[in-house]
Amino acid sequence: MNAVGIIFSNIHDQSIPDMTRKRTMASVPFGCRYRLIDFPLSNFVNSNITNVGVITHYNYQSLMDHIGTGKDWDLARRHGGIKILPPYISAFDNTVANGFYTTRLEALAGILNFLTKAKEEYAVLSDCDTICNIDLNEVFRFHQQKEADVTAVAKRVDLLRSLAGKQTVLADDGEGRVTDIAEQTSDMTGSRLVYMNIMILRRDYLLSLVLDAIAHGYKDLFRDLLEKKLTSDRIFVFEHKGFHLSVNSTADYFSGNMCLLREEVRRNLLTVPGRPIYTKVRNSTPTRYSSGAKVSNSLLADGCVIEGTVENSIIFRGVHVSEGCVVRNSILMQDTYCGKNTRLNCVITDKDVFIGDGCDLSGHETRPFYLEKGARI
Amino acid sequence: MKAKKECIAMLLAGGQGSRLKALTQTVAKPAVPFGGKYRIIDFPLSNCINSGIDTVGVLTQYQPLVLNEYVGNGQPWDLDRTYGGVSILPPYQAEDSADWYKGTANAIYQNLRFIERYDPEYVLILSGDHIYTMDYGKMLTFHRKNDADCTIAVINVPKEDVSRFGILSADAEGRITKFEEKPKVSESTTASMGIYIFSRRKLFSYLKADAEDPESANDFGKNVIPAMLRAGERMFAYPFEGYWKDVGTLGSLWEANMDLLDNSKTPIRLSDSNRRIFSRSTVSPPHYVADGAVVENSILTDGDVIRGKVVNSVLSPDVTVEEGAEVTDSVIMGSSVIRSGARVRYSIVDSHAVIGKNAVIGEDRALSPDVTLIGAHVEIPEGETVRGGEIRSRKKEASV
Repeated sequence: MNAVGIIFSNIHDQSIPDMTRKRTMASVPFGCRYRLIDFPLSNFVNSNITNVGVITHYNYQSLMDHIGTGKDWDLARRHGGIKILPPYISAFDNTVANGFYTTRLEALAGILNFLTKAKEEYAVLSDCDTICNIDLNEVFRFHQQKEADVTAVAKRVDLLRSLAGKQTVLADDGEGRVTDIAEQTSDMTGSRLVYMNIMILRRDYLLSLVLDAIAHGYKDLFRDLLEKKLTSDRIFVFEHKGFHLSVNSTADYFSGNMCLLREEVRRNLLTVPGRPIYTKVRNSTPTRYSSGAKVSNSLLADGCVIEGTVENSIIFRGVHVSEGCVVRNSILMQDTYCGKNTRLNCVITDKDVFIGDGCDLSGHETRPFYLEKGARI
Repeated sequence: MKAKKECIAMLLAGGQGSRLKALTQTVAKPAVPFGGKYRIIDFPLSNCINSGIDTVGVLTQYQPLVLNEYVGNGQPWDLDRTYGGVSILPPYQAEDSADWYKGTANAIYQNLRFIERYDPEYVLILSGDHIYTMDYGKMLTFHRKNDADCTIAVINVPKEDVSRFGILSADAEGRITKFEEKPKVSESTTASMGIYIFSRRKLFSYLKADAEDPESANDFGKNVIPAMLRAGERMFAYPFEGYWKDVGTLGSLWEANMDLLDNSKTPIRLSDSNRRIFSRSTVSPPHYVADGAVVENSILTDGDVIRGKVVNSVLSPDVTVEEGAEVTDSVIMGSSVIRSGARVRYSIVDSHAVIGKNAVIGEDRALSPDVTLIGAHVEIPEGETVRGGEIRSRKKEASV
């Protein structure tokens, strides 16, 4: 597809504030060896989108560390490749606030240069908390066939009251043309199309939207622009039938990781033929199981040492589970150390957490017990 | 002008490794998988970069396709350099001749111009058939301190193994007094590890002389080293202590894999961050261990799916062990499938093999004459028995 890819790395950071205190949503670890940005990036690369800009705002050190040159996604290119687009403050501009953005539209205004210089005919926008393995070429064919100006990707789901205010609900005329765009309110029920924060449009059309917004001080892409163009412009919705997960809360994050233990989820997300999910290569050793290891229904990355018991858990790279330790229903991120005879249940440990011998920690699946990066117990 | 390199490495990776039988049917020995996610060549390449040597010529000849693709631009080993880095050196056609590499010395001789480009003082010669971690920098310091013309890394071997190695004797200062290539019996048990540092000028003059000798087998161990010793050059033995394993046979390759599972043997520490062994990673999801699966004293890596039982075994990426299948004392290479009810014991299963339902592969180690080998892409039919020590491989025409 002849398109430039744009990824929003900070949008929705507040959904999981614990984990995004020191990193972007894009660099939140997920599924043993991935970061959330690996999903939109891999979707782009697998659909031949090789000029990618990542818009970021704050806390982007871990993101830059993860992406490096882009080599691991095959995005270290002479032409295009991956670019991190942080905000900037011009030399003679005293209003610091100018460099920052709060909405998607302002973020796009900040990268006007990048958008103008890109040579691709189309643009694909994607957020980071939208976890799926999608063939964007299929969305693109739909976009062309409908002669659409904008195609938004959505998933039909039963609305949950708890997500009111956090999702955009779309209505269509039965042929895919969008008739209404609304923020989910608490009275909405039933099966509806929920916007997955992935969108295809012509680059010049996107530019005209952004310039219009700058001219009129618009802040919200949907509210101020697209909602008003529903009849004048051709705005369509593409229904994604495959697996999709969005991260709206810590409980979502927990259940999202846990659903990887289901084979059909892995088949739909991680092992789709021809559409692998790429991530940074860490050069870990293989994982070593000792004679006393007991592991069941768990997903484990490389570089671990397993001497104890692990059940229904997601174990990231370099985790150490000592003898007599029992880890149940937990997510242990990179380089977590669990001491002897320690028991964990519904715990999320961030990177480099150290838990000594004989500790007993437990949360609940709706309120997993979270230990911040580098915590020592 | 480019800065000169003090020392560059030449890695002999062209050997067929015929004693590995079907494992090297379509890949050169250095590209044979090892230890879950490595290939044999990862060890010398990683040792080079960990020793500060950033220019490596890899001499290929036999079945180079997989090896070339694997080494690529050297990026996994940080050997993708603008100046130096890794270069693949196949045999080539010259103005007045075109020759295969006739022997180890001839292979280097044909690439003297490659060495000259970097104008090094020293040349490190390595082979691609050993599992070990070593700081070549210390050996180079030893070489310089002795003002040596040639330094040979040596290790003590059991008396019964002397016939497999170049055996040498040295005086109290380490100066080599005697060298015999693969003697039947010998007083000395000091064996050459096939790791040499030469001072470049001496190396060049001896290789040129060797090339002009029609009687020579053009081999370092058989010809060049003895010639230097006869001429009274300063040759020293550099004693190496640590884990070093020749993986030239099926049995020793199996043992080296099993050594990774044995903490008491303190073999190479793969996780040691200063001596890290780098490898080219596959893009695979994390590995999954199902409810009811048993994994004991084993090594697993990305993409494996375990529903059966895996004991004392080393698995490469993307291996599937179905429900009720049992893998014991075995090495399973990438993307192989062990169907339900199958039993695999004391075996090496090469990549992309399929072991059919309820098939029985190999026997307990105590009962089997040798390790059993299932070659790459071989499909063992349902219920079939492959006896201990048997080798199953694809027919030649099928492998093309």
